[in-house]
Amino acid sequence: MSESAPAGRPVRVEARGWGWRHAGRLRWALDGVDLIIERGERILLLGPSGSGKSTLLHALAGVVGDDDEGEQRGQLLLDGAPAGAARGRAGLVLQDPDSQVILARVGDDVAFGCENLGVPRDEIWRRVGESLDAVGLDLPLGHPTSMLSGGQKQRLSLAGALAMRPGLLLLDEPTANLDPAGVGEVRNAVARVLERTGATFVVVEHRVDVWVDLVDRVVVLGGDGSVLADGPPEEVLERQRETLLAAGVWVPGVPLPIETVEDRDAGVGAGGAPHSGHEPILAGEQLAIGRRRDAVVRAGLDVVLPEARSTVLVGPNGAGKSTLALTLGGLLAPLAGRVVASDSLASGLGAAPIRWRSRDLLTRIGTVFQEPEHQFVASTVRGEVAVAPRALGLPASEIATRADEVLARLRLDRLAGANPFTLSGGEQRRLSVAAVLVARPRVVILDEPTFGQDRVTWLELVQLLRDLVDDGVTLLSVTHDAAYRDVLGDHRLELAASVDPAPVPTPGGRS
Amino acid sequence: MTAQAVATDGGFRPDAPRLRFVDRVNPVTRLAAVMVLTTPLLLTVDWLSAAVALGVQLVLFALAGVTPRLLVARTWPILIAAPIAGVSMLLYGRPEGTEYWSFWLARITDGSIELAVAVTVRVLAIGLPAALLFLRVDPTELADGLAQIARLPARFVLGALAATRLVGLFVEDWRAMGLSRRARGIGDHGALRRIATMAFALLVLAIRRGSKLATAMEARGFGSDVPRTWARKSRVGVVDAMLLVIAAAIAAIAIAAALWAGTFHPVWA
Repeated sequence: MSESAPAGRPVRVEARGWGWRHAGRLRWALDGVDLIIERGERILLLGPSGSGKSTLLHALAGVVGDDDEGEQRGQLLLDGAPAGAARGRAGLVLQDPDSQVILARVGDDVAFGCENLGVPRDEIWRRVGESLDAVGLDLPLGHPTSMLSGGQKQRLSLAGALAMRPGLLLLDEPTANLDPAGVGEVRNAVARVLERTGATFVVVEHRVDVWVDLVDRVVVLGGDGSVLADGPPEEVLERQRETLLAAGVWVPGVPLPIETVEDRDAGVGAGGAPHSGHEPILAGEQLAIGRRRDAVVRAGLDVVLPEARSTVLVGPNGAGKSTLALTLGGLLAPLAGRVVASDSLASGLGAAPIRWRSRDLLTRIGTVFQEPEHQFVASTVRGEVAVAPRALGLPASEIATRADEVLARLRLDRLAGANPFTLSGGEQRRLSVAAVLVARPRVVILDEPTFGQDRVTWLELVQLLRDLVDDGVTLLSVTHDAAYRDVLGDHRLELAASVDPAPVPTPGGRS
Repeated sequence: MTAQAVATDGGFRPDAPRLRFVDRVNPVTRLAAVMVLTTPLLLTVDWLSAAVALGVQLVLFALAGVTPRLLVARTWPILIAAPIAGVSMLLYGRPEGTEYWSFWLARITDGSIELAVAVTVRVLAIGLPAALLFLRVDPTELADGLAQIARLPARFVLGALAATRLVGLFVEDWRAMGLSRRARGIGDHGALRRIATMAFALLVLAIRRGSKLATAMEARGFGSDVPRTWARKSRVGVVDAMLLVIAAAIAAIAIAAALWAGTFHPVWA
């Protein structure tokens, strides 16, 4: 569209023996980093968690904090001037779509950075239009930001950075919290922006395949906070493959060492009816679902969960997948119709899970929430897994045995004394699963269990769930993850887009 | 249809109906008008001044498009609170004149009846304009006005504005946490303790979200030393002056009526 380059001059980055130490820490998060990024170069930054990738990006953006928050040594220069000295030379997009929307309307949000840089009003609105166009957000300026999907929010944030005309674009796991459609949107928007601006570009992301075609150099940080490898993508990915895989990076083209449903069916032999012999353990009949009585998301749903199978629940955002899962799990009351548990699952109780007591749910249906922090109730990891057995009234020795067992199985034993809120994303996910499995429920419901997980955690989790199903547990997973479906999609439920197109404003626009 | 309404309204109070005249007034002026109107009414406790003010207000709001139905829908907490305040005055207000009924400390007298009426009407005369004038205030517009017209520090105003956006997320968080307590087997009893763990978790999430938001704002140059410009100009004009004049006039008429009728009763007397 507009041919005026919507960016400042591409920035040259130079790090000389640069290091950063967070306040109160002994260890330097990054140290002795020597790195030169030429104008217009595009870099994918990789490394294990804790290697300081985010810290480096934040430092380049000048938002790493002042002396209270840490100390630095060596030099980190943008065009020869210390990073952070010139606000607006670097634009930063962060991981969490919800926490970086600043204002209530699309236009105002994009304008925010320009206002802070003292750009005159007419010029601001020209840049707003230009930036929204560049990221492909074709929405009225007054459109409420709360109604955007996760992918749209990330593009909005990109437009906000772009309107400042940065010569350096920094993305910190911009697609980790998005579904595949959102990932595609953001990736394409970034590609278009780079083409128009020629800005220097650094992205941090586990999912290498998203960005590998867009970058011309890969830099790997080592666990000790220095540069481990640096070079053209194919070469670095080949040479550092084992290191990267161990660090949880999704290296493209490396097959997952886990059996898919297809493999298994082939093993059983063609012509076999894989779904026979599995009675429904939980069913929804003519269900109307919604979080409130006046907000019906879907109506007339008939669904069945076959016992000892893994069912995946798929469908577009806003289709009501999470709401359906919560309703089947006995946490939300159906607005019409009913949820029916098989006699063996109810074992003496009524057929409707919503009428069961909270502690009766524990051994019958366990639910793992999308956001692990929503379900944490204890102050230590060990306390967290003891909650359910204690609620069941098990003797202390049994509680201890079960806790030890499940902590070991999910590699959390070393963290037993830590506060759940201080764990990393992968650790929190494992803990949220452990805390549910410890009660040994016959049905486990999971909402986007692999969202934003690195490859190592992903493999552990998926293998564990597969083992559970093979041991007779029934699984229901809400998921957008294609690889997950390949391994755990024994049975598939699809919710088509809701008939009523009114979008449901949820955090991140996920359903 | 709701989605449409939201889209044209900046996402705030989409269901609030439009009002004539009031909608064209800058939010900061509305705030000032409420103060101009209600401060004099706080100085006296007679029934006449409040009744006059309330009467004039109701006529003017009706002209602006406030229907009885809208009035009830939007101000019911005040409509309930006012008589409750009145009843407490009726029973426990300073006794004076004939006593009609008494029980322990409660006494209904001529004096307490008059006070009850005065307080009920006064709560309405102060509460209704505040609620109705802010029926459709967009927080962004209010912040623009506070920073540009009232000259409050931009850092403070914009920080508060950005934080208001997180409230919706906290509502979602709270709901999810409530469901998860049932799923974790601790939903049967101990409501107090359960709420305490939820409050703690919400606090952690709030701090985390807040600091991420602060980083995002900083990355967009917020808090730098460069003098800030404003993408949206907050304007005040003739309508703003008119609202202030109207507010002052209502207050003056109400107080004058009380003085004239001899019912004026300053709170300090």
